[in-house]
Amino acid sequence: MPLETAEYLLALPEIWVLGMACLILVLDLFIRDDSRILTYLMVQATLVVAALITLAVQVPEPVLAFGNTFISDGMATVLKLFIYLVTGMGFLYARPYLQDRGLFKGEFYVLGLFAMLGMMIMVSASHFLTIYLGLELLSLCLYAMVAFNRDSGTCSEAAMKYFVLGALASGMLLYGISMLYGATGSLEIAAVASAIAAEEGSSIVLIFALCFIVVGLAFKLGAVPFHMWVPDVYHGAPTPVTLFIGSAPKIAAFAIVMRVLVDGLGGLVADWQGMLVILAVLSLAVGNVIAIAQTNLKRMLAYSTISHVGFLLLGILAGTPDGYAAAMFYIITYALMAVGAFGMIILLSRAGFEADELEDFRGLNARNPWFAFMMLILMFSMAGVPPTVGFYAKLSVLQAVIQVDMVWLALVAVFFSVIGAFYYIRLVKIMYFDSPTDEAALQSNPGLRAVLSVNGLAVLGLGVFCCCISS
Amino acid sequence: MSFERIIFYAFAAILVYAAGRVVTARNPVHAALHLVLAFFTCAGLWLLLEAEFLAIVLVLVYVGAVMVLFLFVVMMLDINSAPLREGFIRYLPVGLAVAALMLFEMVAIVGVRYFGPEQVAIPARHPEGYSNTAELGRVLYTDYVYPFEIAAVILLVAIIAAIVLTMRRRPETKYQDPAKQVQARKADRLRVVKMSAEKKQ
Repeated sequence: MPLETAEYLLALPEIWVLGMACLILVLDLFIRDDSRILTYLMVQATLVVAALITLAVQVPEPVLAFGNTFISDGMATVLKLFIYLVTGMGFLYARPYLQDRGLFKGEFYVLGLFAMLGMMIMVSASHFLTIYLGLELLSLCLYAMVAFNRDSGTCSEAAMKYFVLGALASGMLLYGISMLYGATGSLEIAAVASAIAAEEGSSIVLIFALCFIVVGLAFKLGAVPFHMWVPDVYHGAPTPVTLFIGSAPKIAAFAIVMRVLVDGLGGLVADWQGMLVILAVLSLAVGNVIAIAQTNLKRMLAYSTISHVGFLLLGILAGTPDGYAAAMFYIITYALMAVGAFGMIILLSRAGFEADELEDFRGLNARNPWFAFMMLILMFSMAGVPPTVGFYAKLSVLQAVIQVDMVWLALVAVFFSVIGAFYYIRLVKIMYFDSPTDEAALQSNPGLRAVLSVNGLAVLGLGVFCCCISS
Repeated sequence: MSFERIIFYAFAAILVYAAGRVVTARNPVHAALHLVLAFFTCAGLWLLLEAEFLAIVLVLVYVGAVMVLFLFVVMMLDINSAPLREGFIRYLPVGLAVAALMLFEMVAIVGVRYFGPEQVAIPARHPEGYSNTAELGRVLYTDYVYPFEIAAVILLVAIIAAIVLTMRRRPETKYQDPAKQVQARKADRLRVVKMSAEKKQ
């Protein structure tokens, strides 16, 4: 099978990011510590050019390449663009934090680029092998990034937990994939789908494979009851790494859930729908209820992530194009909100001081009204208060669920969202109605402040925009 | 019974025995050596399946590199395995029950019913002169070139991550600088003190 130049063109964004990551890895060795910012600028330029290339090579119809292991389609293009955006914002927020703590090394950004490459591979995979390899590439980078601050015991502990549970999840996923290969005789997603369609009724070995695949995916998404690693890793990792883990990889995880469950195992929708219902309801319940008991903001946001994953699963289990679109909108919105919320922790932190307790936000309005307002927008958006974009994301998911006559599920989701609103609004109360214990002015660089403001206003502005087009 | 089948059962028996000894051997070095035996017999089984390239790679990579390093580490670390074995008898019944249940469940679902000779055709014998290595290479560099490249990137990331996590200056470690050591002169280390004789008290 000869490889055509056109195939390489389709994968040009991946090739570009890989080439630049290798180049930056080498160039970084020749850059002195005081001009490390050059590495950072090269990484951001790589992201911008990657976005331009992705736009340039997009195709109107889905195209397969490299022996059907790679797919280029609309979903891949959109998700890749958002992955660049969220990753770039994550890198930007990370810089002052790393500089203050002597962690501003080129390797952080190189590992971040490789992690992003893994996400890109996952997003445009059309073969179970590619999905698995992309996932491993992403995970391996994330393990190393969690342990990046080697002198911190909590970081090493978090990395160890993440590594062991991540390896277990990969094992589950691989076992499911191997069973699937045995049952259908192929690992190409399209071939698996047609093999399942050709079979009358679903054989028990396919269900067996499906169970393991769903468990593996749920581990990676952090859905209850496979969520144990999420709070510990979010809490233990350095804040910029938590920001990174909590945002862009969720978009990639959504993509592989779509590719595997919808594109590949779409014929088994009746079987995985029930599994996702259990995962979604448990995630909504556990995430929202346990978050109330947290005093640490990073842990609270970790449980909030779990509840958002529940919402994401609601959209997917609806099993309609509307549901998938709603889930995609939800996960992109969530990534934007998560980046902003963790960015606020970085904004309030300074060398030797982590502002990751709820108490650290006490009286923020008196110290800096503008950023208190930004945090208010982000929290309202996570809680789903109109007119922020979080409200419209929740609304579209609920509409999709009601359309397929699962009204009870929508009621459960609303019920737990109301419970969840308590802990988001409690933070707003702490910021606005409690007197500050720490009067020091915020010390942070103007770039961080500007992007955080844009981030917060985007969450509000997109919500108003959705309001205008829906009314 | 054909000779090939006799070889298969002999290798399979040795493999099961070696794998069992890996878990039960008291001495970690013995366990590691049994693992080497397990890999060797596994390679033999693969040869029977006409997968000669994979068999040789298994011996070269796992026996030649991985297990040697593993043995090295086992010998360097003084692992006292006695505490690890406490309660072995106590937990044995529960462990056996769970293992038997899982085995039963797995066999019930993924038994010969789905993967037996009726479902999956027995692979045909390849003609003489068929090169397994060439076939693997051909598939690896054409159909699977994209996953192959990703695997290469994963290995690169593993190298970077290992270096990032281990190469750092630690102020508390003491290390020698041989260059400074050989440059030391007598005057740096020895101070001759002149003092006048004193009367014994």
